[in-house]
Amino acid sequence: MTRGAGMAGWGVAPNVVRFVVALATVLLLGVVPAHAHKASDSYLRLSIDGGTLSGQWDIALRDLEFALGLDANGDGEITWGELRARHASIAAYALSRLTVRAAGESCPLRVIEHQVDDHSDGAYAVLRLSGDCAGGRAADAIEYRLLFDVDREHRGLLNLERSGAVSTVVFSPERPVLDLAPGSSAPVSALDAFVQYAIEGVWHIWIGIDHVLFLVSLLLPAVLVRTAGHWQPVAALRPALREVVWTVTAFTLAHSITLALAALEVVSLPSRLVESVIALSVVLAAANNLAGWVTHARWVVAFVFGLIHGFGFASVLADLGLPREQLLVALVGFNVGVELGQLAIVAAFLPIAWRLRRSGFYRKVVLVGGSIVIVLLASVWFVGRAFDISLL
Amino acid sequence: MMARMHSRLVVCIALATLLAAIPLAHAAPRVPADDAMVLERLPFRPTDEVARALRSLRAQVAARPQDPDPASELARAYFRMAMRDGDPRYVGYGEAVLAPWWNRDDVPAPVLVARGLLRQYRHDFGGALDDLARAGALAPADETIWSWRAALHVVRADYPAARADCAQIRRHVSPTGAEACEAWIDGIEGRAQAAYDAMHAAYVADRDAGPAGRLWTLTRLAELALQLDDPARAEAHFREALALPVKDQYLLGAYTDFLLARGREREVVERLRGERGSDTLLLRLAIAEKRLGLPTAADRRREMAARFAASAHRADGLHRHEEARFALEVEEDPSRAVALARDNYRLQREPRDARLLLEAAVAAGSRDAATPVLAWLAATRHEDPRLRRLADTLRSPAR
Repeated sequence: MTRGAGMAGWGVAPNVVRFVVALATVLLLGVVPAHAHKASDSYLRLSIDGGTLSGQWDIALRDLEFALGLDANGDGEITWGELRARHASIAAYALSRLTVRAAGESCPLRVIEHQVDDHSDGAYAVLRLSGDCAGGRAADAIEYRLLFDVDREHRGLLNLERSGAVSTVVFSPERPVLDLAPGSSAPVSALDAFVQYAIEGVWHIWIGIDHVLFLVSLLLPAVLVRTAGHWQPVAALRPALREVVWTVTAFTLAHSITLALAALEVVSLPSRLVESVIALSVVLAAANNLAGWVTHARWVVAFVFGLIHGFGFASVLADLGLPREQLLVALVGFNVGVELGQLAIVAAFLPIAWRLRRSGFYRKVVLVGGSIVIVLLASVWFVGRAFDISLL
Repeated sequence: MMARMHSRLVVCIALATLLAAIPLAHAAPRVPADDAMVLERLPFRPTDEVARALRSLRAQVAARPQDPDPASELARAYFRMAMRDGDPRYVGYGEAVLAPWWNRDDVPAPVLVARGLLRQYRHDFGGALDDLARAGALAPADETIWSWRAALHVVRADYPAARADCAQIRRHVSPTGAEACEAWIDGIEGRAQAAYDAMHAAYVADRDAGPAGRLWTLTRLAELALQLDDPARAEAHFREALALPVKDQYLLGAYTDFLLARGREREVVERLRGERGSDTLLLRLAIAEKRLGLPTAADRRREMAARFAASAHRADGLHRHEEARFALEVEEDPSRAVALARDNYRLQREPRDARLLLEAAVAAGSRDAATPVLAWLAATRHEDPRLRRLADTLRSPAR
């Protein structure tokens, strides 16, 4: 619905005046509409039983009036008599815009009965449909083009029954064809949903700066060991790699668990608590690099706080909205995306850290300086989220 | 977070239930016995002036479908029809007229303006702002461009950007228009009295403004008077606006809200009976009928539920605001209302969206849900006794 507060012209500029004048005939007529309005939809029910098609198609009289003109006597009302007189042309018009195909050949449809019905926005012509595909082949494609040439917001709402299974499809000018052939994509295929949510997952870990900083804080010392209160570069790649793998795996495992629990509604935590603890986890992870509380089993830290980060991911997933049919696929896809995003960060980080690990620059500026900055930044988040004050 | 997750699922379940209810909302297919039986009343007769104006524009477009001038004029005529009647069909018609230019970048200014207006109706605010900005670069003297950009920035609660649009009006169009525009933003950003005075001065200074411009200013004056807790003055402005020879869905909605807030439901029913223009007005009628306990209330409620279900089926998400209010005031389902209001507030952040989210959050006892609105109130220092009361309720320690 549009926002009414738009200032469609104060009527002071000459061109605005011209615009208003051009439309004066349109605007000045306070005609009261007789019916409540919604965008144009048609309701198409089709059932495919082998080579036999049957169905019902409800098309709004207002749409037929706009496309064909039904109001023969021009009194602003459509009577049953006026509608009945146009049944043949309505059937021809509608059927020319709906094609059901089997193996590339169209299955002829016919209107076997005309009725009327009321929907929430007015009266509809009801066309009872029947048809057959040549050779008894099952239909494998439906193409819908009703009204798209005159109303780009028209939608065809299809309720399809096929071998006992019912599905719903929305036809639009952008998606006028439904492919039913085996192996072709279903309305929203599991693969589509998986890929879509995986991309969202990657994207979220990249823009979710608090998750990235938590991970980076834990990874910064991975190429170092702490002995006698001082950081020293590790000698071999293997322990550094092991450290990274353990940390990332623990974080992944933990947030996968809570993401699933939250998305499936098993556990529920208040958002303020979750967001505050996430900020706190970043503070603690970075502070640990300075204080050295936990120097060896950092994967435990990753695991414990990873649990709370999972709730954070769940909120993003909630914002995206989970498809009802593809709940699990979307959940797994999102999680995989988060992991891929994480791996990309690790892949970018590790070679550089490994190369720089012997330098004082890495230990003093990157590790210490970086950790201080992260502590400060995350502290601001924490205060803001926990006490609901805006510091930045 | 989890509360949000929870409310999302609640919304899904509720929508599924509504979807299941579609077949119940209408009678069974039938064959009428009488040829004279009236099935549908059209918005106008073919001989009406409005129909003739549209027909003449359509003929011009049909003769020269690739000519951007008649096409953009017809598209804008359809857009005005949509604004007048709240009928989204006209938006689809407008888009079809602009189809040759719909996905193109190199389009002339009139097409950009028309496309931007239609896009904002579909809540594609980013695309609309883009189109209007490019139109503004080509034809900066068109006030419609800047005023709609300001309106969209207000919807996004981006007040500095809205003020920049007001400045463009001052530069390219007229100082009076710019003053009204700036007063509007001032009124949102905590200077209601000064805004009212400036808006009133602009209104008086511009007595010969067209009815559409007068209607806009009077509506804003009425809203500012309500922010200043002066209902008598607000009603005077509303009535003056309603007496203008222009019809506007937003004005009727704002006025009937004013009546509802004052327990004057009977007047709402009288004004809207036979109107039923759009979801926004139907919603006000449903609320009034419910409060009065009228026998029509149950039917109205079913009708609205069916419409929201149909909208959910299309997945266009254009009725979040109305749907949230329906859940809150008609269905009395605060948890669903708060979920919808919060969804709506992500996209639309006008003061009325803020108020709706506060109301829903108060009803649901969920302070968390209202956090963005409380932040917005603190940041803008928006004055409005109704919003303040709701915010105080949420902040009170009893919760």
